[in-house]
Amino acid sequence: MLTLLGVAVVVVGFLIRLNPLLVIVAAVFVTGWAAGLDPVAIIKAFGHAYNENRYVSGVWVVLPVIGLLERYGLQERARILIGRVHVATVGRLLLVYFIARQLLSAVGLTSVAGQAQTVRPLVAPMAEAAAEKRFGPLPEKTRWTIRAHAAAADNISLFFGEDIFIAVGSILLITASLRSSGVNVQPFDLSLWAIPTAILALLVHGVRLMLLDRRLARELKTQTPPAPEAAE
Amino acid sequence: MITLQYFYFLAGALFAAFAVLSIGDGSNRKRLGNTAFWALLAVSFLGGSYIGDFANGLIVLALVVLGGFGLLGIGKPATTSPGERAESAKRRGNAIFLPALIIPAVAVLGTLYLKSFHVGGVPLVDGKQVTLISLALGAVLALLAAMIWLRPPAFAPLQEGRRIVDTIGWAAILPQMLAALGAIFFLAHVGDAVREIATRWIPLDLPLAAVCAYCIGMALFTIIMGNAFAAFPVMTAAIGLPLIVHKFGGNPAIMGAIGMLSGFCGTLMTPMAANFNIVPAALLELPDRNAVIKAQIPTAIPLLAANTLLMYILVFRF
Repeated sequence: MLTLLGVAVVVVGFLIRLNPLLVIVAAVFVTGWAAGLDPVAIIKAFGHAYNENRYVSGVWVVLPVIGLLERYGLQERARILIGRVHVATVGRLLLVYFIARQLLSAVGLTSVAGQAQTVRPLVAPMAEAAAEKRFGPLPEKTRWTIRAHAAAADNISLFFGEDIFIAVGSILLITASLRSSGVNVQPFDLSLWAIPTAILALLVHGVRLMLLDRRLARELKTQTPPAPEAAE
Repeated sequence: MITLQYFYFLAGALFAAFAVLSIGDGSNRKRLGNTAFWALLAVSFLGGSYIGDFANGLIVLALVVLGGFGLLGIGKPATTSPGERAESAKRRGNAIFLPALIIPAVAVLGTLYLKSFHVGGVPLVDGKQVTLISLALGAVLALLAAMIWLRPPAFAPLQEGRRIVDTIGWAAILPQMLAALGAIFFLAHVGDAVREIATRWIPLDLPLAAVCAYCIGMALFTIIMGNAFAAFPVMTAAIGLPLIVHKFGGNPAIMGAIGMLSGFCGTLMTPMAANFNIVPAALLELPDRNAVIKAQIPTAIPLLAANTLLMYILVFRF
């Protein structure tokens, strides 16, 4: 029971909005102490675990090329492209991205897109451009809401698409952990039963994106629409 | 054979470059903090496999002191003005997307095909790590293509990378820190303690109660641990298998599939899943670090309810 103190530290630390890095280290020491480890052993265990998980931070190797392309107008080009699509709204654009990302994840292509690879350089600026086209210059708060929704669309479509693919980590984990208890399930059955939830996720989030369009229209319609631009 | 170690060397070299370039950034009052932070990260990536657990632990503690007490600033490397970017976007047209698309294209092709390449009987790439290695390869090839086409100043990619990474700041290591915390929780058998509580306090003598406890428990435990993978074995051994499958005769495949997806609903709602929820807020320069979570909760809760209902309808029928 004492080991749950570490969990309590995390919950309280996040609730009172301490810096998460400090919260984690506090939780590590409390948990380690509760498990009967001395400080040196705790530092060793944490150093080992941290080192084993370096691959998690490895995604930052894409930053130089993304930054370089931004230097030459990647985000601006994404805005121009979406500005030409007259039916584009924030909700419709994010819904199209959602469906594409869900389908790609369902066939195992999860690393095709992501927060650093596609959301920051492409999806978020495109969504902002779609709103600007309709409503003119956006208040900062609206801009932030749209960006947060771009990130959310990426996460939700990934989570509820990837499990349809047979060889994804979570399917392997389910199979392995059931097998260790003597229950055999086929990966194919697991991916099959992931489909109903995938459809529900699309429906629930699709409705929310359409509501987002309405909300933006309600909040921004008082503004004057932008003067039509000259050719490009 | 190309292993993850090469990938770590590449990332380590990148962090070392961020450290060196931070020193000369006069616009950042806290530049020494940035230098120390990225340099320590570089040591971890370049040497982590060789310096032992205790030294790695000390590096982490130093990183936490730097990041946790606000000793990092935001550098302002020289870059193009908004006007220059707009002009370049017009002039270069949609071709600017091509290098960005090289990354996913190589990641996909590499994942699919690199495994089957052999050199002298040894696989060219470690099969277990093929996706990460392909992603890095894609990033390198995309960068080469962009350099040849755009002919930027030699240090521009590193400086532009530093421009983005400084906006992320200490949150850049948060996902890795949380993964390490999960490992410590596992070591200390935190899951067993949760199981004890779940089975002792919740009345589970009806199929519906068992399904609710399992699905909602998956989500709650995922919120605490930040990872549905950590919650699944615990909740399944505590409630899923003994009650839903063995006592009430449910289908284990349906239980496992929908149970895991109930956990994913929890992932959408927790700051502990930093790489999905906190890092994007930093990456998109949002002032509220929980903004992405707030955008996700209204989808996550109805979806969790729908999952619970779906499991109840399906699991005892097939």
